[in-house]
Amino acid sequence: MSDLWRLTAHEAHEKLRAKEFTAVELTESVLARVDAVEPRVHAYITLTPELALEQAREADVRLASGTATPLTGIPVGVKDLIVTKGVRTTAASRILENFVPPYDSHVYEQVRRAGGVMIGKTNMDEFAMGSSTEHSAFGPSRNPWNLDLVPGGSSGGSAAAIAAGECLVSLGSDTGGSIRQPAALCGCVGLDPTYGRVSRYGIIAFGSSLDQVGPIGRDVEDVATMLDCIAGHDPRDSTTAPDPAPDYRHYLGRDVRGMKVGVPREYFVAGMEPGVKQAVETALKTLEELGCEIDTDFSLPSTEHALAVYYIIAPSEASANLARYDGVKYGFSDRTAGSMWENMEHTRAHGFGNEVKRRIMLGTYALSAGYYDAYYLKAQKVRTVINDEFAAAFQKYDVIVTPTAPTVAFPIGSKVDDPYAMYLNDVYTLPASVAGLPAINVPCGFSEGLPVGLQVVGNFFDEGRIIQVAHAYEQAAGFANRLPRL
Amino acid sequence: MPAVATDFETVIGLEVHCQLTTRSKMFCACSTDYAGAAPNTHVCPVCLGMPGVLPVINEQAIADIVMTGLALDCEITPFSKFDRKNYPYPDLMKGYQISQYDLPVCKGGSLEIQVEGHEPRRIGITRVHMEEDTARLLHRTDPVTGDGYSLVDVNRSGTPLMEIVSEPDMRTPAEAREYLVRLRQVLRYIGVSEANMEEGNFRCDANISLRPRGQAEFGTKVEIKNMNSFRAVHDALVFEEKRQAAALSAGEKLIQETRGWVDERNETVSQRSKEHANDYRYFPEPDLPPLRLSSAFVESVRARLPRLPAERKAELLDLGLSEHEAVTLSESRDRADYYDAVRAALTGGEPARAAKLAANWVLGEVLRWVNTTGRDIQDLPVTPDRLAELITMVGQGTVTAQAAKSVFETMAESGKTAADVVAEQGLAQISGSDELRDMVRAVIAANEKAVADYRAGKDSAIKFLIGQVMRETKGRANPALLQDLFTEELTEK
Repeated sequence: MSDLWRLTAHEAHEKLRAKEFTAVELTESVLARVDAVEPRVHAYITLTPELALEQAREADVRLASGTATPLTGIPVGVKDLIVTKGVRTTAASRILENFVPPYDSHVYEQVRRAGGVMIGKTNMDEFAMGSSTEHSAFGPSRNPWNLDLVPGGSSGGSAAAIAAGECLVSLGSDTGGSIRQPAALCGCVGLDPTYGRVSRYGIIAFGSSLDQVGPIGRDVEDVATMLDCIAGHDPRDSTTAPDPAPDYRHYLGRDVRGMKVGVPREYFVAGMEPGVKQAVETALKTLEELGCEIDTDFSLPSTEHALAVYYIIAPSEASANLARYDGVKYGFSDRTAGSMWENMEHTRAHGFGNEVKRRIMLGTYALSAGYYDAYYLKAQKVRTVINDEFAAAFQKYDVIVTPTAPTVAFPIGSKVDDPYAMYLNDVYTLPASVAGLPAINVPCGFSEGLPVGLQVVGNFFDEGRIIQVAHAYEQAAGFANRLPRL
Repeated sequence: MPAVATDFETVIGLEVHCQLTTRSKMFCACSTDYAGAAPNTHVCPVCLGMPGVLPVINEQAIADIVMTGLALDCEITPFSKFDRKNYPYPDLMKGYQISQYDLPVCKGGSLEIQVEGHEPRRIGITRVHMEEDTARLLHRTDPVTGDGYSLVDVNRSGTPLMEIVSEPDMRTPAEAREYLVRLRQVLRYIGVSEANMEEGNFRCDANISLRPRGQAEFGTKVEIKNMNSFRAVHDALVFEEKRQAAALSAGEKLIQETRGWVDERNETVSQRSKEHANDYRYFPEPDLPPLRLSSAFVESVRARLPRLPAERKAELLDLGLSEHEAVTLSESRDRADYYDAVRAALTGGEPARAAKLAANWVLGEVLRWVNTTGRDIQDLPVTPDRLAELITMVGQGTVTAQAAKSVFETMAESGKTAADVVAEQGLAQISGSDELRDMVRAVIAANEKAVADYRAGKDSAIKFLIGQVMRETKGRANPALLQDLFTEELTEK
């Protein structure tokens, strides 16, 4: 019983239905695991054990009544920028340290409707700005595969919690790689849906035209299950697609013979670790053996511009999105100065961390009179060029396969003072984000004992296809649900 | 110094912000019916600007702005978008306002104005765009410490706000006032706004500059804010016109600045100059897809567009009414509708006569009731059909014109029909000559002096005698019949 936390969500679901154990027992197992490892991993900002047990008891009633869903009674970690009514939601920022939201996000409502059990709110880079979870006002999370290393970011807590057994499936958010990169560095599966597939209502905004919530799990099936739960139209988010989402579990266990796979050469460049390159090349061979038609004579020439485009658009949007944190209405408020304007300035000076301030300044600058055309407008035009390149590629290919990150997990502190080096870790995930395309990370082996991730990018709203390819690969490669010794 | 101002031509453009009367707010489901409500009771996470919230466009507000655009002869753009206007202020919950920057819903319209004694002129409308109102700040002073502080009432936050920007086409403060009057009238006609300046749901900023007459390029403009009535707009422009003319005549250079109107002092004062102007850093609102208005949608709005004041006035003039009558009757849509209904109910008889009769009643008794009670014409218990009945009874001689006024008053108070009031109060006109002849004889017997005067050739004495009968009958006697009876009786003897 004590090792129930090792199960995948779908395994746990089968056993819950077979009454091998109860949702309360499963939750207790995960909470015990949290007690054991959380001081070392620090995957969570806020733990909600009482709430989790209450939700688990409700889940047991539901399981008994035969109305359970695949997520009923499953312990879930929720990234701390996903608004949860009555449960502190900080976005890992000092400025929201005491913010208890009066409403629920769409995705949390969906998880609750399905009977999911929330273990707590996971750690992240402040306002999702970062690739290592070091930019959290509550201290960094650690990579369960090696506690001296970062788990990636910004959804580092959500990925570390999966790898450490502190929940069975989790929710992260991806703006430029914030689900896929930590999933890669922690050896999990993570899916960034098409922009517009999942409602952003109740997601604390970073880059509004890029943000998307998505699942992180131990295997592709769990991720498909969670995506089924959260995807679909929401009238409260005008940017969600009006069509209902398909059943993603339908794409599990399907043949990928004849699938056309493009492998762009721009993703295999200098700066890539040899171990990563080797793992990805092995994975491509596996896909070939599964019957995929791999084409490596393929170019996405604008790939290198995605980073610049992203670092104009996301900070620009962030500079407006973060303007509301002025200490007047909620959250941290410094009222020691003499005037309202001074208090606002002090609140923001002390409430935001350095990376957040850096991006607010970048964005404010890019939008300023006289600079708008040269930066923001130009970035939007290049974004269109990148979109067009992908659109042309998907005329030829069913999916595009690349490495997820150029390196494995790196030591805590090694890049935190070098923003550009940190930004480069997202170089493979940014293009799909900029284009708004769905992409999944699936573990593809190890380099010097650390997980390496494979990225499968799909066409708009073609999550089914990337799930199909990732699942077929995962079943053949056998890297699913590998947990580190901790 | 005569004729200083005549060396210059005044150029005025107006920006009007106007709240729409939609039931819910621009981007959330909160009610806009917060007038008189306790502060911060008509709020939700969206209009409070809580972390994570998203806007959703109010379709009714879009229908309203499209109707406004159609009423102002604007082009309705099939593709427009929302933008974020960034500026920090405690009345702005998100730290930015959702507005429209380069692609407004409506552009390129016009509005005809006519200042009394001048020819009509068309004033260009540059654009009409959609945005959201801010929260309201209440500035207070602590009675103990004397420190100033501010309270925020978020009820108003997110109320749909339309900005109507004119071309710099007005040349006098009187034209500016007339433009506002006509604009308000159109907005009320189409029912999109209460457009009440004193209540703050219709606000005006003015841009004014002077240039030497004959010069093509504009002079340095000044923006005037803080005007809370049409009179204030007019007076502020008059003040500014004089101030700028005096400065320019003295060879001074004007600076482009914002000035505030101080009502009590009757002057404008400098608020901030252009050097401190905000950079709003507009960029497209990523939370809202572009607004694509189908021609089917625009046509469905057009189908609901009522006849506008200019058209109503022209119709009234065609009926033979005077300019003054036509202007007054077409003042509001309700008034014009009421009048039309009365006129339409006056069947039989000549149309021009019906038009005139209905006009007399509406401009007389009906507007008197509206002005005395301060209520709306549609609340008048005397419906157009009932007023037409009363007018018909006068025409048929059932009731005298004089008695009819008191019948109207009773109808307005009681909600009864004319026939009921006349019957209950015995106000039917007395036209029986036998009944009246007895009264005539009694009056002659009782007023020897007047009779003697009459017989002595003082014709006016008969009026006094008629008046005596009228007093006794409370105005119900048929005056023409009385005249005949008195002449008869006095001549016979």
